[in-house]
Amino acid sequence: MTSPDRDRIMARLHTSGTEHTVVPEAAIPPDSAFDPQEKITQLATLMGAMKTEVHVVETAGWVDKLKELARERGWEQLLYGPASPIGSAIETAWESDTDGLPALVAYTEPVESFKDKLFQIDAGITSTQGGIADVGAIVLWPTEEEPRLLSLVPPVHVAVLHADTITSSLAEMISVQNWAGGMPTNALLISGPSKTADIEFTLVFGVHGPKELVVFILK
Amino acid sequence: MGTGNSFDFERNIDAALADQQLKKNLRNAMDILVEKRRAVFTDPEALEQLRAAGNAIKRRALSKLPQLLEQLEAKCRQNGIQVHWAEDTAAANRIVLEIMRANDATELVKGKSMVSEEMHLNRFLKDHGIEALESDLGEFIIQLNGETPSHIIVPAIHKNKDEVAEIFHDKLPDTPYTEDVEELTRIARQAMRKLFARVKVGLSGVNFAIAETGTLLLVENEGNGRMSTTVPDVHIAVMGLEKVLEKLSDVPPLLRLLTGSATGQIITTYVNMITSPRKEGEKDGPKEVHLVILDNGRSRMLADPEFRETLLCIRCGTCLNHCPVYVRIGGHAYGHVYPGPIGKILTPQMEGLEQAGVLATASSLCGACGDVCPVKIPIPALIRRLRSESYDAKGDGTVSGHGYKKNLTETLVWKGWELVNVHPALNRLSTKMAGAMGKRLPKVGPLKQWTRARSAPKFAGKSLHDHELEKGGRDD
Ligand code: SF4
Repeated sequence: MTSPDRDRIMARLHTSGTEHTVVPEAAIPPDSAFDPQEKITQLATLMGAMKTEVHVVETAGWVDKLKELARERGWEQLLYGPASPIGSAIETAWESDTDGLPALVAYTEPVESFKDKLFQIDAGITSTQGGIADVGAIVLWPTEEEPRLLSLVPPVHVAVLHADTITSSLAEMISVQNWAGGMPTNALLISGPSKTADIEFTLVFGVHGPKELVVFILK
Repeated sequence: MGTGNSFDFERNIDAALADQQLKKNLRNAMDILVEKRRAVFTDPEALEQLRAAGNAIKRRALSKLPQLLEQLEAKCRQNGIQVHWAEDTAAANRIVLEIMRANDATELVKGKSMVSEEMHLNRFLKDHGIEALESDLGEFIIQLNGETPSHIIVPAIHKNKDEVAEIFHDKLPDTPYTEDVEELTRIARQAMRKLFARVKVGLSGVNFAIAETGTLLLVENEGNGRMSTTVPDVHIAVMGLEKVLEKLSDVPPLLRLLTGSATGQIITTYVNMITSPRKEGEKDGPKEVHLVILDNGRSRMLADPEFRETLLCIRCGTCLNHCPVYVRIGGHAYGHVYPGPIGKILTPQMEGLEQAGVLATASSLCGACGDVCPVKIPIPALIRRLRSESYDAKGDGTVSGHGYKKNLTETLVWKGWELVNVHPALNRLSTKMAGAMGKRLPKVGPLKQWTRARSAPKFAGKSLHDHELEKGGRDD
């Protein structure tokens, strides 16, 4: 679609001579490359420094750890995506005993009819697309099964990360997962709970997003 | 702000310098930001490599700017994002207003966006019966107090917690006075959550737009940016046309430079990448995403090989933090949206030299801004160029309003001065005469200003040249 503004802007850009801009040769400095154990350590250390609670657990035992935390913290409701990669594991674990556990709430409706409920829930759990060791971040690609607000609105966000999906750097992740081949509706890097330093640089956690971020790294 | 004739830079500076509280707040804040940046960029050599790479990536993007914008537009359309073009801020405001009207919306919730400040969007919408609500904590504070940002990254940097406590107590209903920062933040969170749950349209800026995939990338710490771009039915993103990058692989080094320079973080809490509106089957996210691409003088900057470099800017704000002038007077004294060194080169080019050329005079040319700029913009050189364009010292300028300071006396006097000083024989004669007669420098133009409150420099009895010769120096 063209508009008069677009045409005029484009005409100026095309005659600007900017194609003669000198582009210096400057290689991007190489990123660090970590081995699998270093990746976990690096990610856990950096995210921990940003007040993320990181638990490195055996794949088989992560749901037990989740139940333990849920009981300890006294969450009342846990929001999850039943059809997500972690949905059935959570349901199975909740079947055996629910004593002292939060009620599971499935995020399966469009937000329009779910908003009021959503804003009352105290914890949400998601899977992840991967992790980035050198900056300490998890990567989320929300889906139909795990909507975007699941990791944003509840005051506690629990994320489940498989250790073998951690890359050394963002550049490596972009290339090994071929992001250029197609990006999802929304992709996120998350390095900690939401925070601000807008008043006198006093760091406060939990502004508009979650106050707590818990990451399970599954080995 | 384009305050036109009411903008009196000198008066603003005098007022800012007299404000002891402001001075203290700024000094503390800038020291912290400078220190935090130093703490993430620990290896100077690695930083130099990274800056060189950042500069090269942005230069490559500028060298293909028209093609990349066309590609971005095509990709966004393909992804379902509606693209709008605005030649100036008035056009951009109209586009936003039309979207608001089409959605019967009377409230707009905003994430932090300097381009929306450049548009004076809040004021414009207010005049049209629409309330724009800032959700970034810093922006929220100053909006409550009827102010504009004083820093492009930390907008309420000029306020300390006592002042914020006062503002909340005064302006928010039923809010007891508290200086507890946690509590102040909680109050803001509560106010905002209600808003997010009800407002239909959200607006954000864009840090990088990636042509390869049609992706809009936003960085932030608070989560208000994610809220503004996810909860409402409609998301409007506004960006300057220089924000486009060629490909995703260009992002990592620039992201590192941006967050490290801006807040001394190796990464922000959130990096939010948006590529399409809500797709069939998805449960949340806006159903409409609009991208407004603003020119407002940028295409003109692109046409000048030197001024083009202004468009390398990634708006990290570190040149403000390192500027001895900004640190002393703060952002408001500049009287325009973009303060500090970047403002000095950007604003006169956007608004013309008559309106804003005086900004380029507020620099000691110490060079700090150019040394820290993550994309290596030669800010001091551009400031000098703008100063000389004000007088058209080197022939015709390209910035609107060039030569506005030129007048016949001044031009003739300084031309004569220049002639004498590049011509050895004339120089010798004139320095002898000056020494003998105690003559002063011609008191016009900048020197007239300088002598407003200071004594004019006097010539020594003997010229330095003669002095050196007497001491046995060689004349060659
Ligand atoms: S001019 Fe450079 S230092 Fe200043 S805001 Fe822009 S990128 Fe940052």
